[in-house]
Amino acid sequence: MKALLLRDLRLAIRSGGGFGLGLAFFFLLAILVPLGVGPEGGTLGRIAPGILWVGALLACLLSLDRIFALDFEDGSLDLLATAPIPLEAVVALKALAHWLVTGLPLTLLAPGLGVLLNLPPAGYGWLVLSLLLGTPALSVIGAFGAALVVGLRRGGLLLSLLVLPLYVPTLIFGAEVVRRGTEGMALATPLALMAGISLGAAALLPFAAAAALRVNLR
Amino acid sequence: MQIVVDNLAVARGGVTVLQGVSFAVRPGQALILRGPNGSGKTTLLRTLAGLQPPVGGTMDLAPEAAAYGAHADGLKSTLTVRENLAFWAAIHGTDGVEAAMTGMDVASLAHRRASELSAGQKRRLGLARLLVTGRPVWLLDEPTVSLDVASVTLFAGVVRQHLAGGGLAIIATHVDLGLPEAAELDLTPYRARILARDGFDEAFA
Repeated sequence: MKALLLRDLRLAIRSGGGFGLGLAFFFLLAILVPLGVGPEGGTLGRIAPGILWVGALLACLLSLDRIFALDFEDGSLDLLATAPIPLEAVVALKALAHWLVTGLPLTLLAPGLGVLLNLPPAGYGWLVLSLLLGTPALSVIGAFGAALVVGLRRGGLLLSLLVLPLYVPTLIFGAEVVRRGTEGMALATPLALMAGISLGAAALLPFAAAAALRVNLR
Repeated sequence: MQIVVDNLAVARGGVTVLQGVSFAVRPGQALILRGPNGSGKTTLLRTLAGLQPPVGGTMDLAPEAAAYGAHADGLKSTLTVRENLAFWAAIHGTDGVEAAMTGMDVASLAHRRASELSAGQKRRLGLARLLVTGRPVWLLDEPTVSLDVASVTLFAGVVRQHLAGGGLAIIATHVDLGLPEAAELDLTPYRARILARDGFDEAFA
């Protein structure tokens, strides 16, 4: 099983693997938004939590269709389905690999971009914590969506439409944690709900995704 | 370990393509599937590999005993030959990457990326993957596509060695593999007649 994780990480990092695409998008967004919103610092600081969370979510979305589509095209998915590791574990490992090359770097990059967006100092810790707890849900939900559309040519549009509504709760609670953090309000509830979404998605969706893959491979 | 298939019916895209297929393959035996394009060879092999359920009949073959070799080789173009094989060996919990590379004559290409290989070299690498699965049943779908004459002979030798070790093989092919001892099964008599659907009512049911 470790071999599958290492292979996916290696493929993502080697040329053409798509690593960096999401990060570059996130980076560009955080540079362009201050230019678009204008120099008024107060507005920017107020919308910074939302912008950072929307940026992280869209950056995650960019690379979702690669989770299974590439393996489907070159036949690896058929072979993985007949391999001795359960398909549920394949899904979970691929979601983990996706998080390690998108969610985790986004989380680490976010504080730097918070400076560009004039995020109040109290928010940085909560920003990192909320992304750390929330981005795993984005990868797992995304893997489920990618499993649903795996047989379709250019399924990216359908994938975005399917996955976006499922991303909404994570976005709402994630941005809420950071907003409340910057204003010094109580934030245990949104934080717990977001962690709950991540844990629930990680526990249940690999099974749903594996079932979808089995149907799509027929 | 043997394969017994009795009165099997298989479907592709909801349409039955083969029915009444029966055969048995014992250890050390190979079965060559023949039939024109679209006769259901791939569908039958995918069903045997456990990738799709049969629509009728029975088959006695544990999915974990079978190694499936499809049209697509499942190679990653940015990984080297050795990395590709080492990955499948790790997934199947076997070693023997070096032996597999020697067996299919790709050892000299070990450090090349799969994207730099010719079509025939990729095919040889794809077939070397079978050797690292360590599984007794090989289900091969047109394994000799893009292989030259020498490579087909090499492949026949590898299959013969596999059979001599108690393995089984079911191979769909259009060419002469040079395995005169293998049984042949022509799928043409088992082709299901595709009946005209009665109207569109089903779509609105």
